[in-house]
Amino acid sequence: MSLDKNGIAKRIAQELQDGYYVNLGIGIPTLVANYVPEGMEVILQSENGLLGIGPFPEKGKADADLINAGKQTVTTIAGSAFFDSSLSFAMIRGGHVDLTVLGAFEISEKGDISSWKIPGKLVKGMGGAMDLVAAAKNIIVATTHTDRDGNPKLIKACTLPLTGVQCVKKIVSDLAVVEVTDKGFKLLERAPGVSVQEIIEKTGAPLIVEGEIPEMKI
Amino acid sequence: MNKVVKNAEEAIAGMQNGQTFMLGGFGLSGIPENTLKALVESDLTDLTCISNNAGVDDFGLGLLLKKHQIKKMISSYVGENKEFERQLLEGELEVDLIPQGTLAERIRAGGAGIPAFFVPAGYGTEVAEGKEIREFDGKMHLLEHWLKADFAIVKAWKGDTMGNLIYRNTANNFNQAMAMAGKITIAEVEELVPAGQLDPNQIHTPGIFVQRIFQGVDYEKRIEFETTR
Repeated sequence: MSLDKNGIAKRIAQELQDGYYVNLGIGIPTLVANYVPEGMEVILQSENGLLGIGPFPEKGKADADLINAGKQTVTTIAGSAFFDSSLSFAMIRGGHVDLTVLGAFEISEKGDISSWKIPGKLVKGMGGAMDLVAAAKNIIVATTHTDRDGNPKLIKACTLPLTGVQCVKKIVSDLAVVEVTDKGFKLLERAPGVSVQEIIEKTGAPLIVEGEIPEMKI
Repeated sequence: MNKVVKNAEEAIAGMQNGQTFMLGGFGLSGIPENTLKALVESDLTDLTCISNNAGVDDFGLGLLLKKHQIKKMISSYVGENKEFERQLLEGELEVDLIPQGTLAERIRAGGAGIPAFFVPAGYGTEVAEGKEIREFDGKMHLLEHWLKADFAIVKAWKGDTMGNLIYRNTANNFNQAMAMAGKITIAEVEELVPAGQLDPNQIHTPGIFVQRIFQGVDYEKRIEFETTR
């Protein structure tokens, strides 16, 4: 069975390591924060100027001066720091953030990503996504394997305006964990009960399948 | 040295049609509410606005857009404003969308006297079109230029009569860099104190960058997405 949003977030949380500084994008990536393994210290960076994002505030305690990059009210943790936008992106551009998790419309087999614009339809802007994908050491995309109409999101070449080129390292979808290699997409794991055949059918580019593909441990 | 003006109307005195202004804030957090209101009540038009976001339909910058006072926006993310999206798709508004970190650094560079610099963001995308590209350490970078403005309008938590500013929490965001990049920088603050009362160790923006300062009134501090546990 394919994973729901929380399942995808749980699987991505397994990629975290103790002491990581992580930037989580809006949507499914934000949910990863709920599944940080017990006893592991992971510091979340918010590009609007906060290192050490805490949980949502208790009812009645929301502060208009304390939000995340998705403009949601948040809190701090012990050891948080505030700073301005240019310093925030110095952290990102300077390679100090260990892992970036973000969503996408399309990912190419070369690791290109489209995530910010659908010409004539949607013009929201790239926000910090271009800075993040151009600089982060490790980029994981959290996404559904196909779009709402069933079209594959993992394809040979992106058709929508790009956010960045040759930057995505790994994709965790509702169906599979896929690595982006020099030779293209490589299937690493499949969602519980999902067949390799189904993943191949729903991927819009050749998929390297070597040996027995294990199920994700969620 | 007293930089205090009476209110927002006095602060925007001399601002002219067709000029460029920067506006601090991220979403609705840390926006200069009083000065925005004065701009909406003014007849100023044909303005170019440099702001990370575009407000929401009925608050902040959205009100200026609704009155068609803005000719061009320079932003990174404009998703929360339907009127903005409509004006853009129908060609009523010029928009330059810039990666957020590049936008922040271009503003900082404007204030710091650095005309251009290289960044990796946007390489291989439409952001790179027409820009000089150079390789450093095996990685491709784009040449980006500084941004400056006739007026920079920022919001701080506390300020003093000499223009020193302290921001609060994530309401700092773009305010600190923008405060450096205006020919005239207007700071509105929640609390204005006499010089000497702020701890010099805590100042984010030294007063040299600020020309006009006033204590704002009736802050609404609207929250875009109130999320609780």
